[in-house]
Amino acid sequence: MNQNRRILLKSTLTAGATGLAISAGLLTPKSVLAAWPKAAFEAKDANTALKAALGSSNVIESKDIKLKAPKIAENGASVTVTVTSKIVNTESISIIIAENNMPLAATFNLSKTTKGTVTTRVKIGKSSDVTAVVKAEGKLYSTSRNVKVTIGGCGG
Amino acid sequence: MTKSSIKIRSTIKGDEAKVKCLIKHPMESGLRKNKKTKKLIPAKFIQEVVCKHNDKTVMTAQWNGTVSTNPYMVFYLTGVKAGDMIKISWVDNTGQNDSTEEVMPTPKKKKK
Repeated sequence: MNQNRRILLKSTLTAGATGLAISAGLLTPKSVLAAWPKAAFEAKDANTALKAALGSSNVIESKDIKLKAPKIAENGASVTVTVTSKIVNTESISIIIAENNMPLAATFNLSKTTKGTVTTRVKIGKSSDVTAVVKAEGKLYSTSRNVKVTIGGCGG
Repeated sequence: MTKSSIKIRSTIKGDEAKVKCLIKHPMESGLRKNKKTKKLIPAKFIQEVVCKHNDKTVMTAQWNGTVSTNPYMVFYLTGVKAGDMIKISWVDNTGQNDSTEEVMPTPKKKKK
């Protein structure tokens, strides 16, 4: 009897604490995240995502960008992608996975003292083209590569 | 103090620094279902990562839930000296945030 009471007390206490944490957290995001382009990240296809994120979907294919990604990814939940841009004044690097529900995975905005190389890991739902889009002096350049996924990274 | 969720490892070669960064975060995209309850797991992912080098912002990254769990990234900075401060901070969609500072190490001497 006494023990039951303990458990009940404990569970109500933890529930209360997490509730507090969430409500405290909810107060901040809008002010902090003004820069996060919601429309771009929630877009369902690559072109609309590009337009929303970088202002245009006119992309020139370029050989000055190197995209390093595995041909076959055993686990789609974590695929290492490296983008190297040799284009002068690279302003930003975006990674787009065409077949994902939300194609735009990440945008890295670089300053002049940052080199045009970025490595990150992304989730890939099913076999898809991975595209790196580089923005330099107002123009967009891209290169893509197909990645085959044997186990998906998004969803069940 | 609680342990930071960010791990930074950096190496210097000349005036160029390679910054490796690993963040501990679930990166829940909001599209996954809980297999037992068949309910969607609410989204919780990092939206913005900012890297500062001696108070100057050198890199900002906007991420989606498509970036993998416990995200890892590598980037290269130029004009870096040993003893410089690198600060990385992140904010996720629930407003949670964290930041870490790291002092640039002295370059390793070349082995002959």
